[in-house]
Amino acid sequence: MSYSDWLIQLAQTALVLGTAPLLSGVTRKIRARLLRRQGASVLQPYRDLLKLIRKEAVVAGNASWLFRAAPYLIFATTWVAAALVPTFASGLPLGAVADIIVIVALLGTARFLLALAGLDVGTSFGGLGSSREMLFASLAEPAMLMAVFTLSLFAGSTQLSSISAYMLGPGAGVNISLALALVALIIVSIGENARIPVDNPATHLELTMIHEAMILEYSGRHLAVLEAAAAVKLLLYLSLIACVFTPWGTAVAGAGALAYAAGLLAWAVKLALLAFLLVLFETAIAKMRVFRVPEFLGIALMLGLLGTILLFVSKVSR
Amino acid sequence: MLKALFADSSPDGAHQGWPRVPVDADVWRAIGEALREGKLDLLGLWGDLGAVQCVLYEPATRQIASASLDARSGKVPSLAPFHAPASRLERAASDLFGLEFTGLPDRRPWLDHGRWPVQHPLAESSRPGAILPPYQFLQAEGPSLHQIPVGPVHAGIIEPGHFRFTASGETVVRLEERLGYTHKGIERLLCGKSIDAAARLAARVSGDSTVAYSLVFARAVEAALGSRPPPRALWLRAVMAELERIANHLGDVGAICNDAAFSMMHAECGILREQTLRACASAFGHRLMMDLIVPGGVAADLEPAGVAAILALTEGLRGQFPELVELYENTASLQDRTVGTGIVSGALAAQFAAPGVVGRASGRAFDARLSVPYAPYDAAPLQLAARSEGDVDARVWVRIQEIQHSIGWLERALASLPDGPVREIVRAVPTSSVEGAALVEGFRGDVLGYVRLGVGRRIERCHLRDPSWLLWPLLEAAIEGNIVADFPLCNKSFNCSYSGHDL
Repeated sequence: MSYSDWLIQLAQTALVLGTAPLLSGVTRKIRARLLRRQGASVLQPYRDLLKLIRKEAVVAGNASWLFRAAPYLIFATTWVAAALVPTFASGLPLGAVADIIVIVALLGTARFLLALAGLDVGTSFGGLGSSREMLFASLAEPAMLMAVFTLSLFAGSTQLSSISAYMLGPGAGVNISLALALVALIIVSIGENARIPVDNPATHLELTMIHEAMILEYSGRHLAVLEAAAAVKLLLYLSLIACVFTPWGTAVAGAGALAYAAGLLAWAVKLALLAFLLVLFETAIAKMRVFRVPEFLGIALMLGLLGTILLFVSKVSR
Repeated sequence: MLKALFADSSPDGAHQGWPRVPVDADVWRAIGEALREGKLDLLGLWGDLGAVQCVLYEPATRQIASASLDARSGKVPSLAPFHAPASRLERAASDLFGLEFTGLPDRRPWLDHGRWPVQHPLAESSRPGAILPPYQFLQAEGPSLHQIPVGPVHAGIIEPGHFRFTASGETVVRLEERLGYTHKGIERLLCGKSIDAAARLAARVSGDSTVAYSLVFARAVEAALGSRPPPRALWLRAVMAELERIANHLGDVGAICNDAAFSMMHAECGILREQTLRACASAFGHRLMMDLIVPGGVAADLEPAGVAAILALTEGLRGQFPELVELYENTASLQDRTVGTGIVSGALAAQFAAPGVVGRASGRAFDARLSVPYAPYDAAPLQLAARSEGDVDARVWVRIQEIQHSIGWLERALASLPDGPVREIVRAVPTSSVEGAALVEGFRGDVLGYVRLGVGRRIERCHLRDPSWLLWPLLEAAIEGNIVADFPLCNKSFNCSYSGHDL
């Protein structure tokens, strides 16, 4: 590990935070264009964050310390998790000390804190959102882990950089387990990021909200931090899918400025493409009934499980 | 049934539009019995100075009549024990006039939240406002039930209303509405106004139904004064009413889909709605056609360019709307949300005389344009849009059918518009009080209007009953057993007016 690697790691950590609002802005813009609207500028999320930070934070009278602390903790855990995913370069120092299971754990921690914060003030919407979130989490988290196990069984490692490198190598090919893991990961990403058909990030209908219901009581800088965390989370999942399933173009640590630039470009293109596909899917589908979401996430769990089992079976029979 | 009820009484000669029969308390109770047996529909019930009045419709004979009961003693027998839909109407009459309905099971105030400067604002002697005890919501008992209070301030920009859910997990056990937050005192404002000033107020009861309200007010006044607007005016009124219906139904179809987060439909329907409003603007000079229908006729004639604008619109709709209908039909994820959600049973729809789309989606074959026909629909009838499933999907389909019927009707009407003047100044000056009543099919359902004019043609009493009065209670029933998260979808499929209800 050289100093330059750490510099690149730092750059990447700053990059995920810096570009996450842009990704949100781009998805909103694509959505608006698909709906034949002009749409706000792709920079709008930055302006929104700035606006929220400047505003006074109104906190309910009966809020505990948890309510105030939760946004920062959620933001921190999400940001660290995002910094662990290789974006334009893999094999970075942080990736070596924390594997994909740590990412899942960090995101789980953030979710736990958010659900607690939703319950803290004692409003009915917060409780409603937290209970729905936990219902879905009980399926989404194991589904995510199953997909992760499939990948790590493949690559023989839980390090994202190693998985990414394995995917580039000759060992990987078109494989049914891999496909199942991909679908499972996509479903989990949709659910975790509160996208249609699981949740609607743009809704104003309190009774249908999940993620928004939990943060309904937040305002000002607290809300800004939570919004930023949500944007970082979307970036994290898209980067994760891009890093594992489309590893081409990603620079390897220490490769030099040119490779980094190429990696950056490749990452941007992949993310834009994934964002477009996500929005296209969202536009073509209505939101599910709340009770159908566990079935949807259950599919992810089953696919992840199936992927793992198939992999075992094929390894044994070989 | 109506005939038998009113056999011993003779109609009041001052009331036009349909007969109003002054009855005594015994007949009033007999009306209650007939309502309970389902032989009559209660279309409206309101208070007056020293009287209460109700409007009854007999589906079997398609007859409509009002009954009035002397209430100078301040006490009247309640119809609510016989017929639940009367309950809120009586509570409102009690708030406004201080009438006591004996036997009314629910004595909580309805419109009066204890925030008015006066109590009983429409009574002869109103009292200074009083602080009322906190509103007691109805209880639901059972293990692990929890309450979810929603509103009156909502996360979106919508009208205010409070909804108290009692839920078992996600399943709604009971929903109770609390309305009256947008009470503007329109009925009190109307008292003593000239006809012209009152027409402007009536047009503003519920902005999305401004044509329907102007029409019902104009027809009630014309009935009272015995004036007949010129034929061309009658047709132009109906053209406006159908344009209003198309615009609102388009908005509703899109909005219902949007509540299932299918915003593509919302965007596309929004474009068509906008085209409709622009056609209205170029044909009549106002996007919502506000204040264009006036007693005596219409305020603006339709020029050939306006006819062309509307025909261009209908042609455009004929091209684009079927594609959206197909999109609605073929989107499985959307159908999964709407089919089987928020069912209103046919029996309940009949009991509550469910107006408009909600009634017709639950098999109630009532449309004021057909059932109590008025010009020009008596000469050019429309097809009745009907479904029997009673779910959100059925309500979407009734709207879709009505858009299609209205497009066809508009094209036929514009081809055969009679020529002539469009407004006749109403000159009749009554020497004593005269009354008129009318029923008009707005996009939500039938709007009922009653006007009593005094000497000098000043409004003595005007009551405008929005269809939402009968729809709101049905929404409570529709959501029962559904999940909390489906409420916005059900609510939007009803699209009740807060403003029209709270008046």
